[in-house]
Amino acid sequence: MIEIFKIIIVALILIGAFLSLVAAFGVLRLPDVYTRNHAASKAATLGVLAVLLGTFLYFYMEEGQVNSRVILGIVFIFVTSPVAGHLISRAAYNSGVKLWDKSVQDDLKLKEIAPSKKRQ
Amino acid sequence: MKPNDVILHSVTKVAVFIILTFSIYLFFGGHHNPGGGFIGGLSVASGLVLLYLTFDIETVRRNIPVDFKKVAAFGVLIAIFTGASSLLFDKPFLNQAYGYFNLPIFGKTELATAVIFDVGVALAVIGTAVTIILSISEDG
Repeated sequence: MIEIFKIIIVALILIGAFLSLVAAFGVLRLPDVYTRNHAASKAATLGVLAVLLGTFLYFYMEEGQVNSRVILGIVFIFVTSPVAGHLISRAAYNSGVKLWDKSVQDDLKLKEIAPSKKRQ
Repeated sequence: MKPNDVILHSVTKVAVFIILTFSIYLFFGGHHNPGGGFIGGLSVASGLVLLYLTFDIETVRRNIPVDFKKVAAFGVLIAIFTGASSLLFDKPFLNQAYGYFNLPIFGKTELATAVIFDVGVALAVIGTAVTIILSISEDG
């Protein structure tokens, strides 16, 4: 295996592990559901993508096999994980979970005042 | 308030294709790689359940007009008949045969009767899983 690819693969996997760790710290430390979800869905997605990309490159350089399942997994996680975050956040908002006290903006609040008009 | 599910709907349309493709891969890879009828059938069932979650049950039932109880029964029938078909050739029950054939596109391919048994297993698993989930989810 070429040395430069070894370095790239190690860097990708370490970056992925580090981003997942950052996501875990974000889930522990941030104050409310929305900020936690923000940390978990974005940082964990990128972390998992980096680990998967490193795995794909490792098996491609080491054994010469193109593992299409890993590519499919990368695409699948990249498509679905932000949507999962969006749905969790929206379910939390619709069931009335409060924002953090220091939040300054809530764009959906004005629309929630007259819900009967939106019922068609 | 009627929810606006545009994001969920458009992503489901992409994701279900990926899930179904991957489950077909798992099904056919089962002879030499991890996979097979059970896990292939379960992932097809999970794709269908994702459809049922995103769109409502009536819409999916209109577009996939299949009675999943019959699918499960049909799968068990296929499995039993492939097992019994070996009796016609003076072999014991559930004996299997395979051979190498030259197919037009794939070249030299190993075809085994175990695949037909696996189709039965997969259909039984799809039918059972979807039936369980649908009968839990319906009201009344």
